[in-house]
Amino acid sequence: MSRTLSESDSKDLLAKYGIPFLPEVLISQADHVEDALVGMTGPYAVKLCGPNISHKSERGLVRLDINGVDAVRQACHELFDEARPEDGATGVLVAPMATGLREFIAGVSVDPVFGPTIVFGVGGVLAEAIADVTVRLAPLRRYDAMDMLGSLRSRSLLETFRGEPAVDLEALADLLCSLSDAAVGIDGLESIDVNPVMIVNGLPVALDALVEFSDVEVEP
Amino acid sequence: MISPDHFQALFDPRGIVVAGASTHPGKFGFVALHNILSCGYRGEVFATNRERAEVLGRPTVADLTEIPHGKADLVFVCTPATSNPEVLRQAASVGIKAAFIASAGYGESGEAGLELQLQLVEIANELNMVIVGPNGQGLVSTPSSLCAQIVAPYPPAGSIGIASQSGNFVSSFMNLSRQSGVGISRAISVGNAAQVGILDMLEYFADDPKTSVGLVYAEGISDGREFANRLEKVCQRMPVVILKGGASGLGARAAASHTGSLATDDRVFEGLCRQVGATRASSVAEAFDIAAAFSTLPAPRGPRLAVVTTVGGWGVLAADAISSTSLELVHLPADLRDTLDGLLPPRWSRNNPIDLAGGETKDTVPAVLDAVVGHEEIDATLVLGMGIQSNQGRLEREGPFYPDHGLERIVAFHDRQDSRYADVALAASIAADKPVLIASELAIGDPNNAAVAAVRATGHYCFASAERAVIAMHRLYERTVWLESFGEPNNERH
Repeated sequence: MSRTLSESDSKDLLAKYGIPFLPEVLISQADHVEDALVGMTGPYAVKLCGPNISHKSERGLVRLDINGVDAVRQACHELFDEARPEDGATGVLVAPMATGLREFIAGVSVDPVFGPTIVFGVGGVLAEAIADVTVRLAPLRRYDAMDMLGSLRSRSLLETFRGEPAVDLEALADLLCSLSDAAVGIDGLESIDVNPVMIVNGLPVALDALVEFSDVEVEP
Repeated sequence: MISPDHFQALFDPRGIVVAGASTHPGKFGFVALHNILSCGYRGEVFATNRERAEVLGRPTVADLTEIPHGKADLVFVCTPATSNPEVLRQAASVGIKAAFIASAGYGESGEAGLELQLQLVEIANELNMVIVGPNGQGLVSTPSSLCAQIVAPYPPAGSIGIASQSGNFVSSFMNLSRQSGVGISRAISVGNAAQVGILDMLEYFADDPKTSVGLVYAEGISDGREFANRLEKVCQRMPVVILKGGASGLGARAAASHTGSLATDDRVFEGLCRQVGATRASSVAEAFDIAAAFSTLPAPRGPRLAVVTTVGGWGVLAADAISSTSLELVHLPADLRDTLDGLLPPRWSRNNPIDLAGGETKDTVPAVLDAVVGHEEIDATLVLGMGIQSNQGRLEREGPFYPDHGLERIVAFHDRQDSRYADVALAASIAADKPVLIASELAIGDPNNAAVAAVRATGHYCFASAERAVIAMHRLYERTVWLESFGEPNNERH
């Protein structure tokens, strides 16, 4: 039986290994929205967050491009109403919207024969159809991380793209090496999803994360 | 536990015993003895047969205890599974250190067979013997002119070492060896791999001065991390080409994770190969192409490839193939272009691919090849269009006008020219210590073509198409890049 961390806890854990996330706040009640948004400019992404929520988009628990305090508060009310008992303790995550044309997926998967592997591929809505994915065993050498980027069939996505600058390959390799460190460093790990990794001004930013443990006894 | 002595007993035995030799020419015990006796093995050959029947005109003994102590190092076992514990004990008692077990009825046949297999390993360990198989096809070792297998062929000698989890692929690779002339050092089918497996063989090949490249067919892999670690150590010392069949088929992935469903067995294996420096091939033909390239060509120092072709179309396709690799269709350096201007008529392509546009005279091709291969800004050269002249020569030779009307003389000239081009190309490769790849479908279409035959005579490989040559060249270059990622230049020379 596996156990997942909430998005917020997943991000806190992975940030320690150097995965780049946006600054965001976790709100426990809709009334707290106004205070929470101080210093954060919109528009916002608003998501329900709980330890047992693993398929947010499919359940409609992600609200994007929300403008203004009132709209965020309204979204919070709606999301709290959507929460189910089995989701575990819930909060709402509010983050500034990130925009970029390119999305990738990165993560860790523990292979039954080969142990922890690092996964990287083209993300977005067409990801599964395109299935442009490359895998390596953890731990990665930096050479391996760069080779993963070069192994994508769609590696031209890493060059300048429709007015966006070329992807900083070193930064993207850093992200993969950070995942490798996490794969080696986290006991009882079953999988990590960092999805999507959006390219914002040429730099990778992880917008969502899910850490899954194989053993309910293990604490992060 | 398994030592170099064991591998020497296996691949370079002083004498061999076929246990279970049969008078029936359809039985393994007959075929194995036949093949050992027919391919030039120089050591002493013994055979056991319960009735002491003569096999292939040779006397046999009833069991291994009758063989003089120390005369044989290897026993090739064709006896039924139930007899084999006793066969091993008797073999050890006369000083035999290695056994190849062709007998079936072991792990492949179910629970009871698996029990027998485990028991066999236990006995072998206790006797300090190496056993390969059971349920294996046999082994070949050209340095000892040894063909101890229950199938054909016996390949020419060379430096490719084959280890396979399926005996049929040993045959497939060796058939391509025989066709192309690029030879084999050792080849072994590990069968059920009860005691030793593919990695043990690769580790031996890496130590073996007769072997310069490993060629592997693998199916199931159970100990993933150990496999990766040991394979990487081998790849640090020797190129390894892997053809992989089947998925590991183990375990469903975690339900919550998206990446888990993307990390398919095939992608994991692909990634592991790239990481540990092994070259994964997608077909038998591609695997042999690449192994032959590693075996016969010096390592490329960089990605800059020149294509020399006598006609346009081939060069165009070669350029297309190069564009989907990390190889570079090098822009011709000005000084080289000047040199070629002096050698070729004005209609030559003046770019890479270097299209001679039919402008070659008697000595043009050799001069062009020398200039291109030797140029410091070119790392490797692909030569297309060899064999055209002698192909026409063949038609003339087989036609109704031969040898009159001057045909005899011109046909001989064509053959000489093509043969000379091949020699010159390979001499340029050796002089510059750079790969020169020759490709023509005549490699398959007419192996007796003068150019193809000349390439084969020098021990080199004629690729069956430009695209296949480019793929092999790309994989050689990828190994250079991998080795350099550890800060070491790639100085492999074969």
